[in-house]
Amino acid sequence: MTALAKPAAVTAPQVRVNKQKGFMRDGRRRSWVSIVVMVVLALLWTLPTIALLISSFRSRDAVTSSGWWTVFTDPIHQGWTLDNYSGVISGSNMGMGFINTLAVSIPATVLPVMFAAFAAYAFTFTYFPLKETLFVIIVALMVVPNQVALQPLLNVFGPYGLGISGQFVAVWLLHAGFAMPLCISTLRTYMATLPGSIVESAKIDGASHFQTFWRLVAPMSMPAIAAFATLQFLWVWNDLLIAKLFLLPSNSTVIVQLQQLLGTQGQGAELLTAGAFITMTVPILVFIGLQRFLVRGMSAGAVKG
Amino acid sequence: MTAVAAPDRPVVRRGGSPARPLRALWGLVGVVLVGWVLGNGFLSLAYHPEWYGHNRILMALVGIVLGIGGSALLFYCINVFIESLPQRASQGLIPYAFLLPAFALIGLMLLYPTVQTINYSFANNKSTAYVGLDNYRAIFADPAFWTALTNNALWLLVVPAVTVAVGLVVALFADRLSAGGEKYSKSLIFLPMAISFVAASTIWGKLIYDANPNIGVLNAILGTENDWIRMSGGRLNSFLMMIILIWMQTGFAMVLLSSAIKNVPDETLEAARLDGANERAIFFRVIVPQIKGTVLTVFITVVILVMKVFDIIYVLTNGQNNTNVIAVMFFDELFTAGRAGRASAIVVVLLLLVPPILVYQVRAYRKEAAR
Repeated sequence: MTALAKPAAVTAPQVRVNKQKGFMRDGRRRSWVSIVVMVVLALLWTLPTIALLISSFRSRDAVTSSGWWTVFTDPIHQGWTLDNYSGVISGSNMGMGFINTLAVSIPATVLPVMFAAFAAYAFTFTYFPLKETLFVIIVALMVVPNQVALQPLLNVFGPYGLGISGQFVAVWLLHAGFAMPLCISTLRTYMATLPGSIVESAKIDGASHFQTFWRLVAPMSMPAIAAFATLQFLWVWNDLLIAKLFLLPSNSTVIVQLQQLLGTQGQGAELLTAGAFITMTVPILVFIGLQRFLVRGMSAGAVKG
Repeated sequence: MTAVAAPDRPVVRRGGSPARPLRALWGLVGVVLVGWVLGNGFLSLAYHPEWYGHNRILMALVGIVLGIGGSALLFYCINVFIESLPQRASQGLIPYAFLLPAFALIGLMLLYPTVQTINYSFANNKSTAYVGLDNYRAIFADPAFWTALTNNALWLLVVPAVTVAVGLVVALFADRLSAGGEKYSKSLIFLPMAISFVAASTIWGKLIYDANPNIGVLNAILGTENDWIRMSGGRLNSFLMMIILIWMQTGFAMVLLSSAIKNVPDETLEAARLDGANERAIFFRVIVPQIKGTVLTVFITVVILVMKVFDIIYVLTNGQNNTNVIAVMFFDELFTAGRAGRASAIVVVLLLLVPPILVYQVRAYRKEAAR
């Protein structure tokens, strides 16, 4: 049997429909080894998250006296409760944290993508001296670890500098800056695949660069923009270090709150699972909703490189 | 009129349109005005929360609108100003106007602080006077620093290689499933990528590695009561934490490798089969050479991620029990011990690990640009 046959979409037209047992609809032989391996792998990768979900709805006593896996044998006597969720939302102020996280994540996603898209346009469709050098600097900066920048930036944003440390603005700027090299280079790679003739004819029709960008290049680059925006949103939402260092306690995000919960031993430890699940809701929804763009965008960029 | 020919080629400029001073003025006033409103708007959020009735939702909304709308307006005004200049100047200036905001951010958030950190690493803990190489002498004499460096090396040796290998296995098996099965199984394996390091550490630390066999799966399976995360024999706890990162990153490797495998032309596979190659030979001689580029891309991406690994260790052990890494040590030196000089020296050492990857990245880019 062909172990590495191609997917349906590629070969479908030539394949005669094979309705025999043991064959898939696209005519390839059903590979039971692959099915078993993939089911096991998918379970292994999913169970930790399911364990969290189950535990978050069980009372403290139930969690410490019997494992979450007993749910599968005895689904009723598990001390089911919503107390963990109500406790973590009221007690740890995670409701506010949720709004804070949105206030951090949305601009910290849109701003860098917008700035980077303009820069990527300039790198792709215009000519200027030192273009190559500037781009090599960007490629090089992709590798620099963020930690290198933290201490001087605490000074720049701190009370003796701009005085915005602790506010959302500071975190937006940081995330925007740190994301810029990767975002510019991703979008440039994609824009370079767009037909240059379209931009050229827009020029001849008298469109300005600004119009060409907004009306032509930005819409055509949407797959790459959507993919990067999804990734950036996940990174910013899930970030601990920058949020911890640059946000006041009243502005802190759910991830920082979860990290503080993790430090509590004994009382309140049962809130941890509920808290963790709350921090995961939005990223998981975004991820499931936009997975299509993400996969397409990531593959487009990487297969080239 | 001049049409911009192919990019990368100097534009031949002839004649050109005259300047339009009124429009230029309008654009300039716009730039100044938008900049002023933006700056003061943000400062008012910081200094005058009472203007917004201390309503955090309102403040967040104002911030979002200011940030996004303001930047769009700023770009527009800059563009109006530049396009009203004489064409010769306008054509030359436009690229810089488009690059300006991005490079302002890069300069302020990456270039300046990196140089400054190197500078601070030669200064005392309040960054007020130079102390020569004292900080470097101190950290290299500290056995804890060598432990951290060893652990970083271990993470770098294990995580990228295992992630790529597991991702490749998953991609190969998924490729043999029906379209539906492939889609759903891949989604499930991809999903942990959406989870934060902190939440992932909570899941694994509290539900899998927990010492209580009624909570921790590992102890339940083995019938033991080990506090796994504190067991440093043979760096076991470090390896257990690496599993968390591998669990999170496999999906990323799988997605990229899977699309690379699907891009291998059928003809090459058929030809190999006709020549009598077995599946093993086909994999190593036909598929691997064609996906080598993607394998390297994934590998480098994970290497960059692993180099600055922080959250998992900070949250689970805070560097105790022989698990410390450079990023956590930096954090502790700077915020717990308050030794800014040493903290800077530590990250500068981390920065010194970068050049090999950097050279590879730039070379890869050059190669692609030449194509």
